[in-house]
Amino acid sequence: MIRFEPRGPSSVSRMLGVSIAAAVAALLLAAIPMAFAGLSVFEGYSLMVKGAFGSLFAFTEMLTRATPLILTGLAVAVAFRAKLWNIGAEGQLYAGALAAVAVGTGVISAPPYVLIPIVIVAGALAGGLVMLGPTLLKTRLGVDEVVTTLLLNFIILLFVQMMLEGPMKDPMGMGWPQSEPILDAAALPKLMDRMRIHWGLVIALVASLGVYFLLKRTVWGFEIRAVGENAAAARHAGIPVTATFIRVGLLSGALAGLAGVGEVAGLKGYLTADLSPGFGYSGIVVAMLAGLSPAGVVLAALFIASIFVGADSMSRATGVSNYLADLIVAMALLCVLVSGLFLRFKIRFVGSQTNQEAAE
Amino acid sequence: MAGLAQDAGVVLRLDGITKRFGALTANGDVSLDLKRGEILALLGENGAGKTTLMNILFGHYVADEGRVMVSPDGTGLSELEPGSPHAALQAGIGMVHQHFTLAENLSALDNILLGTERLAALSSSRAPARRKLEELMARSGLTVSLDARISQLSVGEKQRVEILKALYRDARVLVLDEPTAVLTPQESDTLFATLKKLADDGLGIIFISHKLAEVLASSHRVAVLRGGRKVADLPTAECDRRKLAELMVGHAIVETMRSPGSPGAPLFVLNKASAGHGRDALRDVDLTLRSGEILGIAGVSGNGQTTLARVISGLEPLTHGSMTLEGKAIGQASARAMIDNGLARIPEDRHHDGIVGAMSVSENLAIESIRKPENQRLGLLRFSAMRERARNLIKAYDIRCQSEDSPARLLSGGNIQKIVLARTLETVPKVVLAAQPSRGLDVGATSDVHKRLLAARDRGAGVILISEDLDELMRLSDRIAVIHRGHLSEADPSDTLDRGSLGLRMAGHNAEDAA
Ligand SMILES: Nc1ncnc2c1ncn2[C@@H]1O[C@H](COP(=O)(O)OP(=O)(O)OP(=O)(O)O)[C@@H](O)[C@H]1O
Ligand SMILES: [Mg+2]
Repeated sequence: MIRFEPRGPSSVSRMLGVSIAAAVAALLLAAIPMAFAGLSVFEGYSLMVKGAFGSLFAFTEMLTRATPLILTGLAVAVAFRAKLWNIGAEGQLYAGALAAVAVGTGVISAPPYVLIPIVIVAGALAGGLVMLGPTLLKTRLGVDEVVTTLLLNFIILLFVQMMLEGPMKDPMGMGWPQSEPILDAAALPKLMDRMRIHWGLVIALVASLGVYFLLKRTVWGFEIRAVGENAAAARHAGIPVTATFIRVGLLSGALAGLAGVGEVAGLKGYLTADLSPGFGYSGIVVAMLAGLSPAGVVLAALFIASIFVGADSMSRATGVSNYLADLIVAMALLCVLVSGLFLRFKIRFVGSQTNQEAAE
Repeated sequence: MAGLAQDAGVVLRLDGITKRFGALTANGDVSLDLKRGEILALLGENGAGKTTLMNILFGHYVADEGRVMVSPDGTGLSELEPGSPHAALQAGIGMVHQHFTLAENLSALDNILLGTERLAALSSSRAPARRKLEELMARSGLTVSLDARISQLSVGEKQRVEILKALYRDARVLVLDEPTAVLTPQESDTLFATLKKLADDGLGIIFISHKLAEVLASSHRVAVLRGGRKVADLPTAECDRRKLAELMVGHAIVETMRSPGSPGAPLFVLNKASAGHGRDALRDVDLTLRSGEILGIAGVSGNGQTTLARVISGLEPLTHGSMTLEGKAIGQASARAMIDNGLARIPEDRHHDGIVGAMSVSENLAIESIRKPENQRLGLLRFSAMRERARNLIKAYDIRCQSEDSPARLLSGGNIQKIVLARTLETVPKVVLAAQPSRGLDVGATSDVHKRLLAARDRGAGVILISEDLDELMRLSDRIAVIHRGHLSEADPSDTLDRGSLGLRMAGHNAEDAA
């Protein structure tokens, strides 16, 4: 017999424990399809660990992959905290990347210490503005933001494709639909020689500290939490609910926009329509796995990035498809959703009444 | 130990129940018997552990010590499996919670059947179910229209659905947690008539209430909890108001008496104000509140009180007419503007509009003034100042909680109300809007609220008191106006009014008819 008993507030350590347990459970569940693919579980996972942590190169690759995930994870987490359901981090990421390319490929020429901040601000602004639309539609007309943000993803991606085929197409690109390259003065510097890891990671870490600080210690953060937990009471208490949603929308979009800036100005150097393999959607998993906490987002992003990078490397070594990574990530999300139950309820296993008495 | 003779007719026995939440003992070694056909009133201060005890009985919580014994068929007592609402239902225990648990978008019938049959079987078992329910309704006098959607029902009707749901599952024991807190006096009378009939039919009934009058009128026996322990268990015939109040709080309660006020200049005025739509709209309301007076608004709920409160709270715009404070028009009102203008608002639905349950007691105490310099500097929260002030308010208003950092949702209903009172009255408001301020409060806390409202009046504030409790209105108000179908009557001095004529006017007869 299993029994559920509601419990009081969750401690930080319990929340951490549950998230880790969910991650482990996902890895265990993923062992099943791995076995079907003819790979021994031990071999598969050791290849994956090696692929993500086995060398300095592997490790920096993993961190490079985690960079956009931290930012989109934060974008989703901060919005979800206010119960603003932003499913559009993917589109906002592309908007940020597009803006970075627009100002960073020669329109403005300036030294790096001027141009880099311009590129960053442009990307954040573009992401924020994209999210402003659905937010205003929600606060003014009550339009469901899940639908608008989701659909905007496709619109923006098509718009990016249109720009890459048209006005922003690189004349030197030999016909490929890609933008002109980012100027050296506009590119985010690398963190290490001969590695791909770049300053975007620093931006992401600073952003997560910033969001943590915002939520925990500031009036705006207080208002975000109040609106998210009980909008009616917040409104009654005189908290500007609409303004809070707009602030959260702008911030959330800006964070996702920064992810796009990092990818284009830190990693790729030019914009293509396949810049992101779904970082915006993975951001939702990251945020949920993190329990919407900014510190948790960093850990969850590292976990998801290790899975992706590790699975790529395993797949190269064995020929087992790297779709396995998507499978693990999806299972992690499911496990986290189920584990929410463990946070809200105490679960008691009882054989029978007499057992129960004996135990007490 | 319990002899057979004592067991006769006992349908439910709580035996040494103890429940702790961390350091707090919510129930300490509570034992209680309920007999067939008996109506037992469970009393106690806010936070005394009444709801917790009933939740253990119904399997929502598991007791740390002790056990629940039931006798489903009236023969021997057997132990109920702890922590299983399903087992409790099976054993014939029905519960009507403080907050209803109905699915708003389903019909009354669906709600009653939900969980009793497998969903696939629903349609086929409908006809016999309907017959059984109609029979139940005829016998108990609980009438609801089975096909109406829950969202269209009044609070009283929803409660009847909850009771029917329990009866439909052949409950032998019915538990009601503060059933009358949200009912009009008329609905309460109907409820108790029904409960009497059900008890005569052999049901054992436990109800929780803070209203001593109904406890004295309708129960057979009274059990009193204080600080989680049972301090009294005696026949109602041996009790009176005073004795019960003393048992609950441990000392005598002095009921607040109003001294004549000295009203000053008009402070807050509504002029030909209309707002809202539908049943609860306000129509062409004139209201003048002077400083130093308490203006009572009497009326059966659903006659425009909610809209009136929302207008004064700054949540609902006027569609016609105007609103002035100290002679200045309040234009586009917002909750913020109202607070900044010195209006304190005590909302009717404190869980929904009053507190953010997931946030701490100290955050909830600061929420209305979070942008004031005492709570923030340069946009950064001043936590230690907030908590310091919270500790003072917790002491001053006797808010029972583990600490200022506990989430507000863990507090008992009455203590949640005290959070709202503390943060609104602390600001020394010019106008106080109090909507059902003592709903769900124990006698001690109620008299405390009354004292504070009178104190606000005496220092020159104007108080608008919306209440369904005529005693409360008569005791506190200097003048009383009646609201009916959105129209507000002239306010008359309360000493010229009596309960009878007020009651008639609340039902829609005008003053001349009543005289
Ligand atoms: N899940 C919980 N975790 C921690 N403390 C709790 C929990 N549930 C209740 N409490 C505490 O237990 C005490 C008893 O609460 P309970 O709700 O039983 O009071 P009550 O007698 O029903 O009061 P009221 O008349 O105000 O409804 C309160 O101090 C409350 O804060
Ligand atoms: Mg209670």
